[in-house]
Amino acid sequence: MNNKNSKVFKDAVSALFDFQSGMTLMSGGFGLCGIAENCIDALANMNVSDLTVISNNIGNSGRGLVKILVQDKIKKAYCSYVGGNPDLEVRMLNKQIEVELVPQGTFSERIRAAGMGIRAFYTPTGYGTLIAEGKEVKIFDRPCIMETALHADFAIIKAQRGDTFGNLWFKETARNFSPLMAMAAKTTIVEVEELVEVGEIDPHDIHLPGLFVQRIFLGKNYKNEIEFLITEKE
Amino acid sequence: MAWTNIEMADEIILFFKPYSSVNLGIGMPTAIAERIPHELNIMIHSENGVLGVSGRPKKDSASPTLINAGKETIAIKKGASYFDSSMSFGMIRGGHIDYCVLGGMEVDVSRNLANWMVPGKKVTGMGGAMDLVNGSKQVIIMMNHFSKDGVSKLLPQCLLPFTGLDVVDIVVTELGVFKPTGTKFEIIKLAHGVAVEDLKMDKTILN
Repeated sequence: MNNKNSKVFKDAVSALFDFQSGMTLMSGGFGLCGIAENCIDALANMNVSDLTVISNNIGNSGRGLVKILVQDKIKKAYCSYVGGNPDLEVRMLNKQIEVELVPQGTFSERIRAAGMGIRAFYTPTGYGTLIAEGKEVKIFDRPCIMETALHADFAIIKAQRGDTFGNLWFKETARNFSPLMAMAAKTTIVEVEELVEVGEIDPHDIHLPGLFVQRIFLGKNYKNEIEFLITEKE
Repeated sequence: MAWTNIEMADEIILFFKPYSSVNLGIGMPTAIAERIPHELNIMIHSENGVLGVSGRPKKDSASPTLINAGKETIAIKKGASYFDSSMSFGMIRGGHIDYCVLGGMEVDVSRNLANWMVPGKKVTGMGGAMDLVNGSKQVIIMMNHFSKDGVSKLLPQCLLPFTGLDVVDIVVTELGVFKPTGTKFEIIKLAHGVAVEDLKMDKTILN
């Protein structure tokens, strides 16, 4: 445990001290870009099961969340794209895991809605397709389907830089779903590559106010893997 | 002679107005990025959170945190911006992206698209495709003309599960450029030397 008045924790294990089986977990990142590597490794070493995981890809190419997927700790997953994740494809085909595929824009908006206190919204995305089955349809300028907010018990996200209040700055496209998940979870754990004192990040440059962050720690040993390295032709 | 992927890309670029915004799907459409003439000043959007993709990074400047929706390393140009996924899809769903170019499995005369799953086969997920087809101002499908069984993928009615209804504006295949009108496919252009019979399309849906 940490000092009661501080959000700063020592590491992933201490920050996840009260995470339990059966909980709903949001995990930031697009593919392997911007994933909470330390928290995922800690979860792989924890004795938890029956998790509901909300994450765009549930890992990729045997890496990231695939570490806990192959331990069969995940009961249900919400994601938008599972291509490039053969471990998940196999488990879906064999019905070892329940997967709800959500169109990516609807996925991000359902998470944002939860954080913003919006219970549901109408969108044309998915109207007339398999994902509209069982959903309320309402006609505005075009037919739309109702989608509901997605909440979580915990979110694990990574930022490049954060201060001790939890104000965050993300690098390049590593931001993706992370600020939305931070808003949607009851407890948000952030791991950062640089942990600084309050005041060191210019208020203009804060991508996510620390209000949405409950715990933060300085991560270590980042791999920051590139899935497909393609460079300019010489 | 059927077009190459690069010639198909060049046909698609002819639709782009200068200073417009474009989202390119995974697969075949990625060939378009490096063919867009600099002077068109197009802003390429990638739904994982960047507007202003410029192509590929130099070998020593590739960044693991700068990727496109296909998880490939990219470079950006002056004027580029980064944002979260909600903002990114707001750009799409809110009608702020001028064109999206996506791959396709089937397109029908009613402007319907199927491109995300084959029942009983491996499922990859729809990613951002359902949002893109419903939100972009113009939807262009870039695909092979024939399925692996040699059947035209331009159909009276899609047989595979839909990605979106009444959404497709233009279809570009290696044989030509087509516009679904609601009842037929209007032939906008055929590749040099391609005859209507080569399309192997139902005659009742050709115009």
